[in-house]
Amino acid sequence: MFSRREFLMAATATSALLGSGMAGGWSKLMAQQGLSEDTLLSMEPKGNLTLVHITDIHAQLKPLYFREPSINLGIGDVNGLPPHVTGADFLKLYDIEPGSPDAYALTSEDFVSLAKTYGRMGGMDRVATIIKRIRSERGADNCLLLDGGDTWQGSYTANKTLGEDMITVMNSLEPDAMTGHWEFTYGTDRVQEVIDALPFAFLGSNIYDNEWDEPAFEAWKMFERGGSKIAVIGQAFPYTPIANPRWMIPGWSFGIREEDIAKHVEEARAEGAEVVVLLSHNGFDVDRKLASRVDGIDVVLTGHTHDALPEPVIVNGTLVIASGSNGKFVSRVDLDVKDGKVAGYGYRLIPVFSDVITPDADMAALIDEVRAPFADELSRKIGTTESLLYRRGNFNGTFDDLICQALLEERDAQISLSPGFRWGTSLLPGQDITVEDLHNACAMTYPAAYRSQMSGQTIKDILEDVGDNLFNKDPYYQQGGDMVRVGGMGYTIDPNKEIGERISGMTLLATGEAIDPAKDYTVAGWASVNEDTEGPAIWDVVENHLSKHPTVKLPDNQSVKVVG
Amino acid sequence: MSLTRREALGLTAGAAAFITFGGQLAHAAAAETEEAIKAFSGGAMPESGKISLEAPEIAENGNTVPVSVSVDSPMTADNYVESVLILAEGNPSPAVATFHFTAMSGEAAAKTRIRLAKTQNVIAVAKMSDGTTFMDKKEVKVTIGGCGG
Repeated sequence: MFSRREFLMAATATSALLGSGMAGGWSKLMAQQGLSEDTLLSMEPKGNLTLVHITDIHAQLKPLYFREPSINLGIGDVNGLPPHVTGADFLKLYDIEPGSPDAYALTSEDFVSLAKTYGRMGGMDRVATIIKRIRSERGADNCLLLDGGDTWQGSYTANKTLGEDMITVMNSLEPDAMTGHWEFTYGTDRVQEVIDALPFAFLGSNIYDNEWDEPAFEAWKMFERGGSKIAVIGQAFPYTPIANPRWMIPGWSFGIREEDIAKHVEEARAEGAEVVVLLSHNGFDVDRKLASRVDGIDVVLTGHTHDALPEPVIVNGTLVIASGSNGKFVSRVDLDVKDGKVAGYGYRLIPVFSDVITPDADMAALIDEVRAPFADELSRKIGTTESLLYRRGNFNGTFDDLICQALLEERDAQISLSPGFRWGTSLLPGQDITVEDLHNACAMTYPAAYRSQMSGQTIKDILEDVGDNLFNKDPYYQQGGDMVRVGGMGYTIDPNKEIGERISGMTLLATGEAIDPAKDYTVAGWASVNEDTEGPAIWDVVENHLSKHPTVKLPDNQSVKVVG
Repeated sequence: MSLTRREALGLTAGAAAFITFGGQLAHAAAAETEEAIKAFSGGAMPESGKISLEAPEIAENGNTVPVSVSVDSPMTADNYVESVLILAEGNPSPAVATFHFTAMSGEAAAKTRIRLAKTQNVIAVAKMSDGTTFMDKKEVKVTIGGCGG
């Protein structure tokens, strides 16, 4: 592919020749000339077994923009190791040409200009094309399709249909197994109803019945593919009842339960498994630690922390595969199974360039069908953005700045708090903001925006606690996600310190005064995990704000200082 | 609306040190824990090994945290586990439970739920029939809610 410099020159020259009116079509053309479905999908086959992994789709059916983080700190032993490498360092580590399609797909470098060149990514109709092609090349009987969860939540239509749109679409792809996290935010009854009807396995080795402390879900399943026996162990997000409302799933307990996974590996091997796969929603660092402590797992298909890595990380002889999020990538893992064990592998992280990969016609029709009842509302314009809107990053994202601003103004608060979710799509400068775009950033089953008095000490305690969930030196104590976003207040954080000592310099931005631990402040926020939270839905808060300020222009957020 | 402190914190993740004790009290509890261990072991600090304590890394509900212990022992008439002591180092009163076994128990394993006031170490000590003692501990974080995602 062309280098970034050449691309910029070419862009200038072409614009001069054709005029700016051609820019859109030209960029699509360039992307198509430089890339083809064949170059994206072709891979030297290896062995006789293929695992296809997709995870953290967050209910994104259509192609989208998704900016990867520019800051993703690793603490302790994993400092500087993937996935805690971003931007130019990431390009250097994996020897990726700046300005190339891979650079666009995998980093935040030059995101806006590259997004205009290479276009949107993802789309479940494109994903369907990829899966069908892999199955036809490798033989359907030699493939396993595994969904890492966070599939049913994250969009307007998923929230309206309680995940039904995604369930319909995924069922048509015929996965072999899945596990979950946000799935559980539809509550026990809905989850149970769906799982009972699911034509494939929903696996959760770490989900226990709360009353009797006994396993509540199918933990693992044996498959026969490519002439081999493959055991797939499922691991749901360990901290679902802590990070999300426990009251919605009162009968289920989670946790890492490493000893259970070790036990299932032994059982599977005893029953003749030649390959053991952990289909996990632990998050990357948790899985890296787990793979180092539990022997006998051939492949960990990791999820939750939304990392996309072009190569497996190998830990204790285990391949740890990170397949990104939002339908941006599909992973293909070829395994050569010989004499009852894995003798070799091939790997391709397939970036789903929506302008390059042909949509599967049947899937495109099915997607249109599930979205049709909501089409008018989805496309209703509620604003325009002059700034890039995105969420990923450890401390802030512009979409959260917009949400925090809306909370401050609409709820008449001094300080606003917005959770550091890692889902939520991006919008380029100049794009309309539609109802669909807004809901991509906040669609959930507990959206109430509360308003409350909190002391300065309480606010500090919150930041310290979230900070420890994110930056604890022991990955088993990390919950994933990012730092809670704060509006109206600045602070300094030293991620390497211990709980209680990370946060300092809390300042009320409106006046510049230091936050007084003993004084009360009016705080607005959303997504409380408590049952009786009251307030308008966050999307109504943001839409009302946009109706008064329809053009979004956000300055660089410099209110969080990172030290240490 | 008026939120209790617990509810307000639920938004993001709660503060770990919700129920905080003064430094003096916390120190007293740690000292009490050590005393309890020594009283149980007959003066010496127990070795590690043989006993394994399982507890969640982060409690889903600090009011009822499942913990289980098991001790590696043949459980024969001349070599068995006599008792297992469970302590919660950071609770106002660290002593939680003592389980008693005999060779007839067949296996030295127990499971219960305990209440934890805050993030702290849970400690389990096994006393063998020959008087030797073994210890395992695990930090359990007590938090209220979060925004993993």
